[in-house]
Amino acid sequence: MGRTLLQKVWDLHTVRKLPTGQTQLFIGLHLIHEVTTPQAFDMLRARGIGVAFPGRTFATTDHIIPTLDQSRPFEDPLAETMLAALEKNCAEYSIPFWNLDSDRQGIVHVIGPELGLTQPGMTIACGDSHTSTHGALGAVAFGIGTSQVRDVLASQSLAFDPLKVRRITVDGQLASGVFAKDVILEIIARLGVKGGVGHAYEYGGSAIEAMGIDERLTICNMSIEGGARVGYVNPDQTTFDYLRGRPFAPQGEAFDRAVSWWGSTASDPDAAYDDVVEIPASEIEPRVTWGINPGQSVGISDTIPATGAGVDEALAFMGLSGGAPIQGTKIDVAFVGSCTNSRLSDLREAARIARGQRVASHVNALVVPGSQAVRAAAEQEGLDQVFRDAGFEWRGAGCSMCLAMNPDRLNGEQVCASSSNRNFKGRQGSPTGRTLLMSPAMVAAAALAGEVVDVRTVMSHV
Amino acid sequence: MSSQIDRIEGSGMPLRGDNIDTDRIIPARFLKAITFDGLGDHVFEDDRAAMADHPFSNPAYRQAKVLLANENFGSGSSREHAPQALKRWGIEACVGESFSEIFRGNSLAIGLACVTVSREAVEQLMSLVETAPDTPFSLSLQDRSLSADDLRVEIGVDNSVRDALLNGTWDATGMLLDDFDVVRGVAERVPYIRGF
Repeated sequence: MGRTLLQKVWDLHTVRKLPTGQTQLFIGLHLIHEVTTPQAFDMLRARGIGVAFPGRTFATTDHIIPTLDQSRPFEDPLAETMLAALEKNCAEYSIPFWNLDSDRQGIVHVIGPELGLTQPGMTIACGDSHTSTHGALGAVAFGIGTSQVRDVLASQSLAFDPLKVRRITVDGQLASGVFAKDVILEIIARLGVKGGVGHAYEYGGSAIEAMGIDERLTICNMSIEGGARVGYVNPDQTTFDYLRGRPFAPQGEAFDRAVSWWGSTASDPDAAYDDVVEIPASEIEPRVTWGINPGQSVGISDTIPATGAGVDEALAFMGLSGGAPIQGTKIDVAFVGSCTNSRLSDLREAARIARGQRVASHVNALVVPGSQAVRAAAEQEGLDQVFRDAGFEWRGAGCSMCLAMNPDRLNGEQVCASSSNRNFKGRQGSPTGRTLLMSPAMVAAAALAGEVVDVRTVMSHV
Repeated sequence: MSSQIDRIEGSGMPLRGDNIDTDRIIPARFLKAITFDGLGDHVFEDDRAAMADHPFSNPAYRQAKVLLANENFGSGSSREHAPQALKRWGIEACVGESFSEIFRGNSLAIGLACVTVSREAVEQLMSLVETAPDTPFSLSLQDRSLSADDLRVEIGVDNSVRDALLNGTWDATGMLLDDFDVVRGVAERVPYIRGF
């Protein structure tokens, strides 16, 4: 019987069986940022423990930074304190840190793959639930809390219970206007927001295999929204081509040896899965969330549900009516960005819709690249100008309006068409703000129309 | 070694609703700090503002130690600030139909027990404390049981979680450093560290 990638990576990184019955798992790559780490370093200091492998941890800043005026000290003294703490901790423990003045700075889940830090067969941990993103390159990546950040710093390992593996196969060709974001929203709608608890999601099938790494990153990113802490795609030629030449990828002949090992970490053809789910690509259309969790989405041609568990509470919060079409829902804000959809290909798709058009006069629209490298590459192609000409704001790299820890946020009951990952109550900074999750192209289309529209009808004109 | 936790005694609080995410437990603006101090004051701050009779605002539950929840409690963001806020408010155990994986792990790491009971049992326990908020609860990890008034229900708890709480190894740092040579050995055998 063959093994899955998860089993192979798990076995390779097993340190020992702990007295609690859990597995002590070696963590090959640890990524940190300013929000979930200051207390971890303080706990280390209080216990007189050092950082075991400072060369296996890398830091950047993303959550709290302004995307407009980044001059120091920040206007928000709390944000300034947090960034200063990370600067001090990284200096004290010799941890490489890409700060705002580095062209490698960006959202932690954007820069890991971009720099070639994220590689197939690795175990990765980061104090952020969207760490599942890194599975797109065939890594096993865990979102963790602050006490666990402390433990990785102290021991380069963590204690875990075993995970089951659910294979999710998407076969066929996605229709024009249907993107990775729509695929993962469909998966979560079908399997539920807690369907993946206790599981790693392995995504495969011809539709996934045809995707580039950016799109696979979008899929794996939102595994956690389906309850699965870990999600991954088996490494293939697309993965190897993506990694070639990246700063932290092996170079020269070592790269070829790496490719051979990376390939061996993929699930065997006869691997056994705990569960298999098949979703035909042809059944997926552009999707939009109507509720207060990422499982509450409908296809753009559908109507908003009127009955079901949690529907009343969600509709009351969102100010939407059950039975009404989702198309035509008015928006106030449009946000292209976040670790889900802020990579170059996302910006290209949004720009394709925005080119030569104008954002509706009542809509405040912003585009926030995921990293300084994405920003530079987009500017090289002139995408910034396309967005500016259409009336979008073009910002500096960071988490921005995804999570309300920086100046970018909703006000009052504003409705936001957002390419981010969570439509939770209050998520975008206003306790009564309303989030509609969708693909970057759909966000751009909504920004122009001032309401939710089917991007496919817009695309026929571009 | 951290403290050994077996029995949790005190009153209960009903918090109805599935999929209550960690953004609701502690809104992100309260994460802008470099300590966990004071988080207990802001637990469910926005939900409490939106709902006058929120259980966390109800004086009848101010002494509660056992939080009763429905499905998928603690979903979303991995912020440990969520269980920290609950614990600092005074909660010592969460009893729910199910929990998100990261929330459960973060809770264990700070000695906050998350155990499961059936939907029927949660409903019975919630109804009980809604009519009689002072009902004493007694949760035993050793016996895998929860008693409240005449009710006695079986609790679900993973062996690893139960062992860690009973034996006081829920703060895992010491355990993970116990055999550090083996950790070093793994670092030496992993191809991407050893070198391709």
